[in-house]
Amino acid sequence: MSQNAIELKNISKYFGPVAANHHVSLTVRKGEILSLLGENGSGKTTLMNMLSGIYYPDEGEIYIDGKEAAIRSPRDAFEHGIGMIHQHFKLVDIFTAAENIILGMEGKGRLNLAEASAKIRALCEKYGFKIDPDEKVYNMSVSEKQTVEIIKQLYRGADILILDEPTAVLTPQETERLFEVLRNMRADGKAIIIITHKLNEVLEISDRVAVLRKGEYIGSIETAQATEKSLTDMMVGHKVDLDIERVDPVTPVPRLFVKNLTCVDKYGAKTLDDVSFEVTSGEIFGIAGIAGAGQKSLLEAIAGLETPVSGSIRFIDPRTGKEEELVGKSPKAIRDMGVALSFVPEDRLGMGLVGAMGMTGNMMVRSYRDGKSLFTETKKPRVLSEDIVKQLDVVTPSINTPVRRLSGGNVQKVLVGREIANSPAVLMTAYAVRGLDINTSYTIYNLLGDEKKRGSAVVFVGEDLDVLLALCDRIMVLSSGQVTGIVDARSATKEQIGLMMTQRRKGA
Amino acid sequence: MKKEQTLREPFVRMVKRDAMPGWQRACIYALALLLALIVCSAVIVAFTGLNPVTVFKTMFETTFGTPDLAWKNRAMSIWTTVRDTMILLCVALALVPAFRMRFWNIGGEGQILVGGLATAFAMRQFGDAMPTWLLFTYMVCFSLLAGMVWGLLPAVFKAFWNTNETLFTLMMNYIAIQIVSAFSILWEAKQGSGSIGVINKATKAGHMTTSWLSGAFGTKNYIIDVMIVLALTILIFVYMKYTKHGYELTVVGESGNTARYAGINVRRVIIRTMALSGALCGLAGFILVSGSSHTISTNTAGGRGFTAIIVAWLAKFNPFMMIVISFFLVFMDYGAKGVATSCGLNKAFSDIITGIILFFILGSEFFINYRLVFRGGRKEAL
Repeated sequence: MSQNAIELKNISKYFGPVAANHHVSLTVRKGEILSLLGENGSGKTTLMNMLSGIYYPDEGEIYIDGKEAAIRSPRDAFEHGIGMIHQHFKLVDIFTAAENIILGMEGKGRLNLAEASAKIRALCEKYGFKIDPDEKVYNMSVSEKQTVEIIKQLYRGADILILDEPTAVLTPQETERLFEVLRNMRADGKAIIIITHKLNEVLEISDRVAVLRKGEYIGSIETAQATEKSLTDMMVGHKVDLDIERVDPVTPVPRLFVKNLTCVDKYGAKTLDDVSFEVTSGEIFGIAGIAGAGQKSLLEAIAGLETPVSGSIRFIDPRTGKEEELVGKSPKAIRDMGVALSFVPEDRLGMGLVGAMGMTGNMMVRSYRDGKSLFTETKKPRVLSEDIVKQLDVVTPSINTPVRRLSGGNVQKVLVGREIANSPAVLMTAYAVRGLDINTSYTIYNLLGDEKKRGSAVVFVGEDLDVLLALCDRIMVLSSGQVTGIVDARSATKEQIGLMMTQRRKGA
Repeated sequence: MKKEQTLREPFVRMVKRDAMPGWQRACIYALALLLALIVCSAVIVAFTGLNPVTVFKTMFETTFGTPDLAWKNRAMSIWTTVRDTMILLCVALALVPAFRMRFWNIGGEGQILVGGLATAFAMRQFGDAMPTWLLFTYMVCFSLLAGMVWGLLPAVFKAFWNTNETLFTLMMNYIAIQIVSAFSILWEAKQGSGSIGVINKATKAGHMTTSWLSGAFGTKNYIIDVMIVLALTILIFVYMKYTKHGYELTVVGESGNTARYAGINVRRVIIRTMALSGALCGLAGFILVSGSSHTISTNTAGGRGFTAIIVAWLAKFNPFMMIVISFFLVFMDYGAKGVATSCGLNKAFSDIITGIILFFILGSEFFINYRLVFRGGRKEAL
């Protein structure tokens, strides 16, 4: 038996004229954790999809346990012992953990759930998972659902596990627990590939790091010899300044008052519970919280897309100095007053962009109403598109190429670029750097910084605590729709915010 | 659990293509058509023993007239083909805004029928009492209005209660058919065949093709149909591509959330677009009743509400492409009927031929979007 669990030789995959992977050779040893690092569009996901049977390579060979293998379908991948844990979970909500885990497995005779549960408990024992096999998935937290996904692969006998950005949805404490489990699996001789953008995690968890850049394999390095700086240099090919420039707010004046805001979802559950805060001009106001803590509801309420059940949102118009109540106004009226929202959803395109249209068409989402004519005006949006392409280095064949075909980072540049083009008085962004590589993320941070310097009030909903701490002036933490604290980003620590994210407000 | 034998590369794989240049696409279509004709010929020979060339020739002659016929008679055949092309095109155009909004309006049939019924109503009611211009104004307005109501109902329910528009519009077809049946009993024949004869047979009031309207064009009876529908083609093209309405409905169709974020009133757009779509279907009903049948029956729409869906999709919603596709489908239909009568074949047999040709044309889309890579061929491919 070979020591290499997987060996990729000269793997290439082309999409039309684009080489997503070009002659990539890579090995993963048994009993090691390999981090796969690369910017957006560097071909990480394509490479992993070839291992999990979603794509078939155009060139090259894959060796598993030293034997050449052809992985033609996810079933083939499974038979080779390869299990992939995707970023978006593929679970049936109304089933229990155990039912989800055995779903789709062939067996003989009657279904024996008790036996499956016992087997799952044994697996939990072995690797240190904390989960009840008989719990329904809809009752589970994000981290528990992820655990179910991992157990599902192990239960099926996977020896090679691929995790696609597993920590993106986890709190620092949950991440720590996941890493503990991964280390246990490594000790058991499993090969683990982890895709992540977070360099500190790469350094913490992995044994080796393999770097891809623009579809090509750049090299791999023992983690012990790597630093954040050296990895970044490998990834982007040139040296980048990792510090976010943060200036002090200049003559801040109040811009937005939110008082006792409460919102409910369609089932009557509170998505926001008595939220109060204020935002001043010239600051970046961060909002932290685990996924679904009420961030979306809050931004939508301010933008007029959701009607709160109680509370008020008052906006001080910098042009007139007048105080205006936003609750009850239409989204269009609010936007015309200079309150802009760019929300980047999981699929990047769903809110704010039209995938089938080119950049020009997408610029028109904001401006198509201009003028009294029956016809749309396309000249200004076209000029704006060209400006954004130039200023933000958007990589696109033409401004008429459907934005759906652009890579994630470029899509986000289009979205954020459009929102700041109108010089808003309040700029709200949610997950502006979701899934973006370091280089592009910094472009976006700089854009937000420029808006702040211009005197705009920036509300930044983020996932990465390191970034929130480095970028923002103040950070508000939400937990289950409640404010658990507002801290000064210059003095707060990650652990402190992490705790607040999971905490319930006292007395509530 | 691991298979011991080494797995081979799959025999054939699909690879998504880049955008294909126009001439290459045209070649693929031409090739598909050629293949379709070959298969059709084989089927003809196998099942009927007829000479395929005779069959195809008959199809052409039914549509364009026999060469040895007097020009006047040939012109008549051609005009009939053109007229039917225009009506089908009109319905397809009406569906474009709705489909672009991803509102699956399969109720064209019913919208045509109520439009036709409204026209017939105006003809019967005011036919002899009104100057022609006023009568036509009434007929057009009634047909637009009736079609609009038929389109609005499912749209309102969709906009406010998110009902399924596919089922709703489909059901509305049957309601329209029942209403037309009811009126044919009410108006004409309480006993007997139950069909309404030609309305205003004596005065020809409200007959588009014979009134003073077409007098100006001599024998070219159907020129008015053609002008109305071609103008509509340009209007729809401009509406979809250059107007704010067209932009809004495209955004709503592509992403409801984006439309919401852009502050578009999604309900209003749904209702407005379906009002337009229904009204234009109603107008097709007007053209049918006033322009060709001069009567109304449950068969007046003749499945055009459904055929138009094929036209719209095959043309990828491009109004100018639709002219070609409508013509092709009408040509096939007439040709098939001609083959049925002159070669003594069943009409069903001619439908088989249409089916084969459509199958190949639709199938060729696959080769436009994908290319196939065979095992072992990939090294040379580079």
